Amino acid sequence: MSWRADYTAILNAVPNGARVLDIGCSDGQLMQILQTEKGAIVRGMEISQDGVNACVAKGLSVIQGDADLDLGLFANDAFDMVVLSDTIQATLKPKKILEELKRIGKRAIISLPNFGHWSVRLNLLLNGTMPVTKDLPSTWYETANLHLCTIKDFCILARQSGFKIISITPVNGQKLGEPRQDCGGFINLLAQTAVFILERE
Amino acid sequence: MSKNIKIHKLKNPLSLDCGAILKSVEIGYETYGQLNSNKTNAILICHALSGDQFVSLTNPITNKPGWWSAVIGPDKLVDTNKYFVICTNVLGGCMGSTGPMSEDENGKIYGLNFPVITISDMVRAQNQLLDDWEIPSLFAIIGGSMGGMQTLDWVANYPDRFFCAVAIATAARHSAQNIAFHEVGRQAIMADPEWQKGQYIEKNTFPNKGLAVARMAAHITYMSDSALHRKFGRNLQNRDALAFGFDADFQVESYLRHQGASFVDRFDANSYLYITRAMDYFDLAANFDGKLTNAFANFKGRACVVSFSSDWHYPPSDSRAIVRAMMAAGVHVSALEVETDKGHDAFLLDEPVFHKALEGFLDAASKEKGLK
Repeated sequence: MSWRADYTAILNAVPNGARVLDIGCSDGQLMQILQTEKGAIVRGMEISQDGVNACVAKGLSVIQGDADLDLGLFANDAFDMVVLSDTIQATLKPKKILEELKRIGKRAIISLPNFGHWSVRLNLLLNGTMPVTKDLPSTWYETANLHLCTIKDFCILARQSGFKIISITPVNGQKLGEPRQDCGGFINLLAQTAVFILERE
Repeated sequence: MSKNIKIHKLKNPLSLDCGAILKSVEIGYETYGQLNSNKTNAILICHALSGDQFVSLTNPITNKPGWWSAVIGPDKLVDTNKYFVICTNVLGGCMGSTGPMSEDENGKIYGLNFPVITISDMVRAQNQLLDDWEIPSLFAIIGGSMGGMQTLDWVANYPDRFFCAVAIATAARHSAQNIAFHEVGRQAIMADPEWQKGQYIEKNTFPNKGLAVARMAAHITYMSDSALHRKFGRNLQNRDALAFGFDADFQVESYLRHQGASFVDRFDANSYLYITRAMDYFDLAANFDGKLTNAFANFKGRACVVSFSSDWHYPPSDSRAIVRAMMAAGVHVSALEVETDKGHDAFLLDEPVFHKALEGFLDAASKEKGLK
């Protein structure tokens, strides 16, 4: 089976047999990978009916819900890991969601597109319009991404929300970079996507 | 009773939540398909308030299709070539099961001397029937509305006896609004002089009008405002102008009157009192220190909870409470909130999204269990 490079970074962060919640689990691919590769006990939440149906048909335990509204469904400390893959930038209240993640699981794994990538910066600098790049292909008026941020922005928010940053893994296309502990160096300029492993303090 | 109704007499007495013991209990039932040799393919369907055991094919009493024949039958979503489907008339019902129409030990019709029953009593009777039939475990239990309450009661009280629970358009307890609507129905029955304090069979009468009004009031709760509007709007019935009288001027009035009138032909008034009471008494968490999570703590199987966006009888918030508790109890639960304007009745209607999810859920579970 082949999968997105950020899934590999997520997979590396999940210990065998962990209890994992995948928020925004789409058609359940990551859940299946976590089950087969890590023997993880996986639950999912997905907003679209098609996605939920696809998951249910695969025998995955997925509930229909909206990350902005329904994280209250989950009990305190219900999971070892909570995964939010390519989702947080599309939510209404990212800060509130981080606080919910902290309540639900010991660790949070969050992947997001980096608005600080050089191509995004260059795009804005040269064109003077909202960047449209390979990773962010939608126009400003059609994008689902309500709260785009840079890796540096997200580091600040994660710390503010009471998380310790365990690692940040840069992802460019199918290539995984070396994980690091902070947003220093050139990661904020060179990573198209980043996978954050956070732990509550 | 009609000879078209199959009856099983329970081998043992049935203890009820109210403390009474029914020494002799009969259960009306129907089955579809064949039980396989290792007895792993049985599915119990739990019917709703006004339902019966005739879930598939043609109902021999009404000669209409069974109430879930779109979903259950040969080559249907619940394929009776593969599964052995059992449906029993609930305890207190009027389709062959012991209830207020039955005779007591002295040959006297129970009427209001029938003990007040609960959802758990209905489930206990189903469980004893499976004992009698020597079916150790079920593949699945599926139920909508009151059938969903029975399904949840199974999860709480017999968690080891089945693998899948599908609870549709239901709640873990009856709300004040639901109790209120039921009370309107019961008062309508009891206000009908033909009800005769519950002894209408002996007096050779029947509270047609009261039971019809009860059904009309209940029927409104099964539909959403927009579904009623879509179906009837303010359209007039067989006339071009308002008649300035109290005939059924509007189509919606005519429809409700028809619903009421056809219901009295197939349902017993006292059964309606007893079954609605059982639903009102339903509060699954009550026997588990008030914590719904505790009720689900021992279920190791797979659960699927389905609600419908426009259902105001058992709204999606009721289902979310179930899902939250199951999650907290560590149950493998899937949940779907189907977008529809058809209201509570949607669980009986053609809802492709719901049917697809149900099919996927059962298929995945049957693979896990190695069912062919």
